[in-house]
Amino acid sequence: MAKIKGAVIVDKERCKGCNLCVVACPFNVLSLTAKEVNKKGYTFAQMAVEEACTGCASCATVCPDGCISVYKVKIQ
Amino acid sequence: MTKEEIIKPENLVYKKPTLMNDNPMHYCPGCSHGVVHKLIAEVIEEMGMENQTVGVSPVGCAVFAYNYLDIDWEEAAHGRAPAVATAIKRLWPNRLVFTYQGDGDLACIGTAETIHALNRGENITIIFINNAIYGMTGGQMAPTTLVGMKTATCPYGRDVTIHGYPLKMTEIAATLEGTAYVTRQSVHSVPAIRKAKKAIRKAFENSMNGKGSNLVEIVSTCNSGWKMTPVAANQWMEEHMFPFYPLGDLKDKE
Ligand SMILES: Cc1ncc(C[n+]2csc(CCOP(=O)(O)OP(=O)(O)O)c2C)c(N)n1
Ligand code: SF4
Ligand code: SF4
Ligand code: SF4
Ligand SMILES: [Mg+2]
Repeated sequence: MAKIKGAVIVDKERCKGCNLCVVACPFNVLSLTAKEVNKKGYTFAQMAVEEACTGCASCATVCPDGCISVYKVKIQ
Repeated sequence: MTKEEIIKPENLVYKKPTLMNDNPMHYCPGCSHGVVHKLIAEVIEEMGMENQTVGVSPVGCAVFAYNYLDIDWEEAAHGRAPAVATAIKRLWPNRLVFTYQGDGDLACIGTAETIHALNRGENITIIFINNAIYGMTGGQMAPTTLVGMKTATCPYGRDVTIHGYPLKMTEIAATLEGTAYVTRQSVHSVPAIRKAKKAIRKAFENSMNGKGSNLVEIVSTCNSGWKMTPVAANQWMEEHMFPFYPLGDLKDKE
């Protein structure tokens, strides 16, 4: 059976740590950094549970700042 | 399969629209404005109108919209975007012309320009960001502020005996002969964002097909003005804004 696997890249310097992507992800893949901040001083989103990502792009769709690129592959 | 094996150009399924440049947007974290900017950029790209679109930006938080989407823009005086868009569209009928306006801009200082442009059936689209507040100036009451909602200028909540009732501009627009398509959308969830995008596409196409004027209201959050986190603001909007500003098409002249 074909399996779908996904991965995202967050533009960490563009991210404002709004948390909308974290909440939108159906598989709880993302989380905000606990302490680390970007140059603007925001905590930022990152993949915390990489293997759960399906590349559904929910996170990227809701991101107001267009910080997220999504990649998806079908494994036969 | 490792992350590195997945992240290859041929596997890319979503990225920031090309028309949205790399300038950092000045909006507060989680502000609805950014989501709507992305949708407008995507629709223009999908219509192949990158070089034939003119946006008219407002006074309000979206005053710098022209810094973020690489199309032609004109900046209008407060509330006057529909008048400026009228002139551009009449002089350049082959251009895709839209205004982008907040509720303070559209439903207060620009009420007359908005109603008359829509009623004249100008072949433009008005994108109306209704966050029920004056975001830019620090969260004052707008004509659209909900009854009981607290703002900087009604700290005890909007009181109809003093402030009157919230104004439903989209309902008014639907009664005007000149409007072709009048709809109310939101961008708080993935399904809502997809619907809002379809609505913008339809409005833009109508304006190019000479069908008349189009109004797309986006019920939005202003988490800073509302003094909430972005996630809480979306929830608050669902609970309080949607009952008064219900989503859906109000008019669709085929
Ligand atoms: C002629 C004039 N009057 C008043 C103002 C002050 N002012 C700036 S933005 C604004 C309202 C903005 O609210 P809205 O249109 O809802 O946009 P938002 O910031 O909420 O997106 C006001 C009253 C102004 N700049 N010019
Ligand atoms: S693409 Fe889908 S599964 Fe992957 S992080 Fe984004 S929302 Fe979660
Ligand atoms: S939605 Fe965008 S800006 Fe907000 S935390 Fe996620 S990546 Fe950052
Ligand atoms: S003040 Fe409100 S409308 Fe303006 S950028 Fe901030 S959240 Fe958005
Ligand atoms: Mg407003």
